[in-house]
Amino acid sequence: MDGNTFLEFVYSFNDSMESNDVKLVYKGEITHQVTKAFTSLTETNMMVDEEPNSVQKKVFHVIVEFLQNISKHADHLPEEAEKEEGSGVFLLCRNDSNYIITTGNVLQKSKEPVISEILDRINVLDKDGLKELYKQQIKEGKLSDKGGAGLGFIDIAKKTGNPLNYKFIPIADDYSFFMISSTISRTQNFE
Amino acid sequence: MEVIKIVGTDDTPSVTLDVANEIFEISGRSLPEDVAVFYEPILDWIDRYSEEATGKTIFNFKLVYFNTASSKMILDILLKLEEMHEAGKDVLIRWHYPEDDEDMEEAGEEYADIVDVPFEQISYSLD
Repeated sequence: MDGNTFLEFVYSFNDSMESNDVKLVYKGEITHQVTKAFTSLTETNMMVDEEPNSVQKKVFHVIVEFLQNISKHADHLPEEAEKEEGSGVFLLCRNDSNYIITTGNVLQKSKEPVISEILDRINVLDKDGLKELYKQQIKEGKLSDKGGAGLGFIDIAKKTGNPLNYKFIPIADDYSFFMISSTISRTQNFE
Repeated sequence: MEVIKIVGTDDTPSVTLDVANEIFEISGRSLPEDVAVFYEPILDWIDRYSEEATGKTIFNFKLVYFNTASSKMILDILLKLEEMHEAGKDVLIRWHYPEDDEDMEEAGEEYADIVDVPFEQISYSLD
């Protein structure tokens, strides 16, 4: 790509971020330090925007849980197998009514059924159903050696009151790109 | 028993476990990089304490945020306190939550449903 074409790409990249309300985007390794940097930056921005406390806490929580899932559970394509930290893409979007937090990461196709099952189950439950599932999962689900992901999804759905949109896109024989998105209302009363 | 006194950071809570002064408290934010590493010494301490506890144990949780990995560790602490209660010791949990924080209030309600131990919910004002 010559210099001029690249700058045109930067312009259209900026343009499409703008039209999709993307306020923050990151692609790379997700470490504890990266998570702390994004939560801290987002907290500062939300304080400046005078978001209600409850909205700030929910946005903070979704960022923490989504990024921790990637750092603990994301897989690497075989050609990147030597990497230790999970990596992925992270987007924070904001429009007049919502925050939308989305992550994407490589995942072994064999893990798809387990993730689809828990997410499909979560997405049809109301608040009371989610509370019950949460209590059941925290009691029975043993903390795996890496820290468990199921509880995070349930808790996000419970606290945001919105379903989790997700999609797997095949990228290689045994691997997919897994994307998940959570919406936090800026206006609605959560009860 | 030795005193545990951990000063909180932006991702780990403050912890005070002090038998002589009757302070048992976890407060602040909990999203440590490795929850097991952070909470293991606390759980071990409670195990040892539960053997020799004689007086009343009022255990205060005053958290403003915890992630789901921490939530299992908090349940482990509560389950140990439940065992003490079942063994006839005098135990009370006080769950403090900021008055405008419904999620933290609900978290207390959910724990109170799961464990069988005297449990008080206390709201406080942030200003």
